[in-house]
Amino acid sequence: MTTLTLVHLYPREMNIYGDTGNVLVLRKRLQWRGIEAVVVPINVGDELPADVDIVLGGGGQDAAQGDIGADFVRRAGTLRAMADDGVVMLTICGTYQMLGHEFLTKDGHRIVGTGVLDLVTRGSDHRLIGNNHVDTEWGRMVGFENHSGLTELGTGVRPLGTAAAGRGNNGTDQTEGAVRDNVFGTYLHGPVLAKSPEFADELLRRALARRGMSGDLEPLDDRLAMAAAAVAVGRPR
Amino acid sequence: MDLLAIWLGKLTLVALRILGRRGTALPGLVVEKVFPRFLARKLSALAQGVVVITGTNGKTTTTKMVSAILAQQYRVLTNDTGGNFVRGTITAVVQHSDWRGRTAADVAVFELDEAHAVRFCQVYQPERLLLLNVLRDQLDRFGEIDMTAQLLAKVAAKTTQHVVVNRDDPRLTALATDLSAKVDYFGVAPQLREFFPTDEEMYGGTITLSELPAVAELLDLELGVATDLTLRIGAGTEEITLRAEGAHNAQNAAAAAALALTFGLGPAVIAEGLRNVEPAFGRGQSFEIEGRRVVLQLVKNPAGFRQSLRTVDGLRPAATVIAINDDYADGRDMSWLWDVEFTSALGSTINTPGPPRLVNAPAPPAKAGWLVTSGTRAADMAVRLQYDEIAVGLVQPDLAVAVREATFHVKPSDTVVVFSTYTAMWELHRVLERITAV
Repeated sequence: MTTLTLVHLYPREMNIYGDTGNVLVLRKRLQWRGIEAVVVPINVGDELPADVDIVLGGGGQDAAQGDIGADFVRRAGTLRAMADDGVVMLTICGTYQMLGHEFLTKDGHRIVGTGVLDLVTRGSDHRLIGNNHVDTEWGRMVGFENHSGLTELGTGVRPLGTAAAGRGNNGTDQTEGAVRDNVFGTYLHGPVLAKSPEFADELLRRALARRGMSGDLEPLDDRLAMAAAAVAVGRPR
Repeated sequence: MDLLAIWLGKLTLVALRILGRRGTALPGLVVEKVFPRFLARKLSALAQGVVVITGTNGKTTTTKMVSAILAQQYRVLTNDTGGNFVRGTITAVVQHSDWRGRTAADVAVFELDEAHAVRFCQVYQPERLLLLNVLRDQLDRFGEIDMTAQLLAKVAAKTTQHVVVNRDDPRLTALATDLSAKVDYFGVAPQLREFFPTDEEMYGGTITLSELPAVAELLDLELGVATDLTLRIGAGTEEITLRAEGAHNAQNAAAAAALALTFGLGPAVIAEGLRNVEPAFGRGQSFEIEGRRVVLQLVKNPAGFRQSLRTVDGLRPAATVIAINDDYADGRDMSWLWDVEFTSALGSTINTPGPPRLVNAPAPPAKAGWLVTSGTRAADMAVRLQYDEIAVGLVQPDLAVAVREATFHVKPSDTVVVFSTYTAMWELHRVLERITAV
């Protein structure tokens, strides 16, 4: 029996809006199907395991992003190689921004990113905060956005979906998130996978397929999650 | 002029009462608009000045504690009805004044939320400030905790005489280093620190013990049906039984004691004041319904929720309701529920591995009894518990129905605990008053 390896990036610093829940959701959905999974927390200075199936990262304080920035960039080459190799990545908010080429702060500083995703982010004075739902090819994803960085996508990525209720990547073009190969980035907190079980299973299927395993996942009873998603869509921003 | 302001405020209060509305905001708002300098003038006349109490958790209970202690020596004016915006303080002044414009008070004790504490200081610079903690809370309003700490730094800089700080919160001790006011600390003994994690410690950071000297320190704590604590207050040591339950209230007692010391009160007087404090709105209040005890616990953020869940150990409920609303005052973002770990607190469900059958599951969680989720986000809460493999008996968004179901599911003499967000708590009070009145 194969064991999947889930890497959780910087759990101490990048954990602010419940994004750690994405790790729990994936771990449980594997466990409930009888598939073993180990979660490896990676903090500043830690080495990445050799054989990674899924990488998860959440949002953090702006200041924390500075603390982990150098360590993150040190891994740029490794992360790009992993992305080219089809490793599944789900990155939220701050970690999503760090997967881009760079972050230009309000006061003109340039923070270099890892270049895994073809996008750039610039700081703004205005925070985009509120409930959001996004129409994607994996159904409607429900979550909560809370960011001041504005992200513009390059030609090397496509948007994850269209922001139907919120402001999305930058508040102007209605795009939300970014996708390249098996790498996903989004501003949706919530955590996003809690109320988007279809998307959670899509990530798992891709990770299993990469290992040459069948992507047929035993169905789970997701009626509660779908009910919660339906309620969330109807709530004020 | 002040007389006119008080009349205006009082007439607004009377009008609200005639309309059957409770209101702490509107009278203050009206007076603020018409007489913008009313508040500053009134507060300047207080012999013992103004105490501001702020931080993420414990404001309301600590305000009650400080007020109860000071009330033994002074006439206290306080916004203890939960209006913790600036307009709530104006309403409090109006309520404490008579129709002839006289305000019978020596000292004001105000709880203010972090943003309104800054606004308040623009109107009046308080003599004393009590800083409780900075934890993640309502990030949809404040953005992030570092920003919240910056707000508190502004308030501390404006305080004229005394700033009392939680020595166990590094974000707070950092901002208390360069102040014109005198700084004192409160804290908990090293062996109790694990009960009061900072935000970093909750996410795997190691516990760092502060070396700062505390003028009031929580030395020992026993949690059961009541909260028994040993508190060092200045040079004395006092044994106190609190009526408000939970470890967090023991820490609040240390905070209140440290602040009371700045008035020159002795340990015995301070301890006596603390013993007399009734639980604040939804902070361990209990109702009796046909022999069953229903205990209310307000939950607003991950740290508070974790603290409150510990009360389950002492109360041993036969049923538990978790009511989550998402109105503005509750926080619109539900992600905070995922920063709370429920498995160890409620007891995981035995013999029901896997996700199916989680609603109406046969085995309730070991410590929480039959479990009901309620409020506008009842389904969100149930999903959260599903992933901690805790069996939910019922998902019922309607609070009145949920509370009835839970109460009459258990035997007379059993206990039901209700964890509830802020707006759900108001509704629960109406529901419980209706049930208990029958």
